[in-house]
Amino acid sequence: MTPLTPALLARLAALILVGVIVQTAMVSQLPIAGANADLAPLLVMSVGLLCGSLAGGSFGFGVGLVVDNALLQTLGVSSLVLLAVGYGAGRIREARDPEGTFVPLAVGAAATLIFSVGFALMHFLLGVDAPVSWALIRDTLTTLVINTLLALPVYAIVRRWLLPSLPDDPRRRRRRAYTTGGLSPLSRS
Amino acid sequence: MYDKTVRRRRAVLGLLVACSLILLTAYFGESSGGALHGVQRGTSEILNPIQEGASRALKPVRDLFGWFGDTLSAKGDLKDARAERDSFRTNALELDRLKRDNQRLSDLLELDGALGLKEYAPETGRVIAQSPTVWYATIRINKGSSDGVRKGQPVINEQALIGKVTEVFSGSAQVTLITDTTSHVSALAGQRGIFGIVSPASAGNPSDLVMEFIPPRSRLNPGDRVSTRGTVSETDRLESVFPPGIPIGEITRIENAGTDTQEVHLRPYANLRSLEFVQVLTRPEGETT
Repeated sequence: MTPLTPALLARLAALILVGVIVQTAMVSQLPIAGANADLAPLLVMSVGLLCGSLAGGSFGFGVGLVVDNALLQTLGVSSLVLLAVGYGAGRIREARDPEGTFVPLAVGAAATLIFSVGFALMHFLLGVDAPVSWALIRDTLTTLVINTLLALPVYAIVRRWLLPSLPDDPRRRRRRAYTTGGLSPLSRS
Repeated sequence: MYDKTVRRRRAVLGLLVACSLILLTAYFGESSGGALHGVQRGTSEILNPIQEGASRALKPVRDLFGWFGDTLSAKGDLKDARAERDSFRTNALELDRLKRDNQRLSDLLELDGALGLKEYAPETGRVIAQSPTVWYATIRINKGSSDGVRKGQPVINEQALIGKVTEVFSGSAQVTLITDTTSHVSALAGQRGIFGIVSPASAGNPSDLVMEFIPPRSRLNPGDRVSTRGTVSETDRLESVFPPGIPIGEITRIENAGTDTQEVHLRPYANLRSLEFVQVLTRPEGETT
């Protein structure tokens, strides 16, 4: 589990602020095939994969809180769903430590799906009595596709931003070992 | 050590879930003037200037993406689009933006003149933020209480009615669109001026509205125009926040036509997916000062 150092916390806080502002001021106003990208689940997924479940869950809660505040939405809804997304992504990292290049893509798609479905379910539970239309399902699927395409670049940007504050990135550690004279698993076998 | 880590992780998770549920319950249970709503408004006041600055700063990026989107969708005009790309480049993007802004503002003024909306003191504002989810059909504009904007005032764009102001800050305001599930507008349809209430047909569908509470056996046809009535009922005594005669949309289809359960669907005139400039009618009752 990655320790939450002050430097990491500061970077995560800045990421929340910049992410929410870019989302509301730019990305939400860029319709693609009738829908738009939603950066929140991608940011939370990235932090979960990079920092673990504790940081991922806390970051998801923070992003949800700021999103709900900034857009005057019902407080707590986004927090609860994004908390689950961040925690889940963090647990994937802790339990399996996946190394594939396309892992963020798959986890990003799953995070967006969980967020969209969870958000919709929360609204139905809270008593929104609007019928589910095909347009809603189409928009959700379009957002899912757009977010899947954006998952890798968003993950790369978040990784680059958080890297100086991540002490024990296993991939970096292995790469350092190979380039400084350590034996790679291949040469040992 | 491992047990301690797991216990700590679960404790934090439980705490955050509890916090979310407490926030949710408290927010739902309190009135719009409650403490959490106050905190939310305070946060919005802080974020508004940042959002407005970011919206202006990121406008060229948005235009750039929008330009690429338009080019991609215009498959038939690919050759023209390529030639245009080569000749215009960065300066052309800026020029296009200025021309588009100018056109939209001119259209807004034309609509004001055509509908006689000048007496309602229209205040033109720019859209600075938009909700990313389909569950909240809301936008944020850069006009607020310091510009005379008040809660409940109607909002139009260069095409038609788009919604009303639901939250006001000093330098910005939140507008709930007519496609939001909470929106209801009293309206008149067709040449006979048949009364009804326009609301969204379903969540997340900005091109389909439904007109309800139409008098039984009223005859309407696809293509009939729908505009605001100006009153909230069939009588003229209760004034609506929406002035009369503002276009809303056009009837596209009628289900169970001519029966008591007929459902009239209409397509809004305003393109609610692409809002840039809007006008708040800051004196909706049209009184003179």
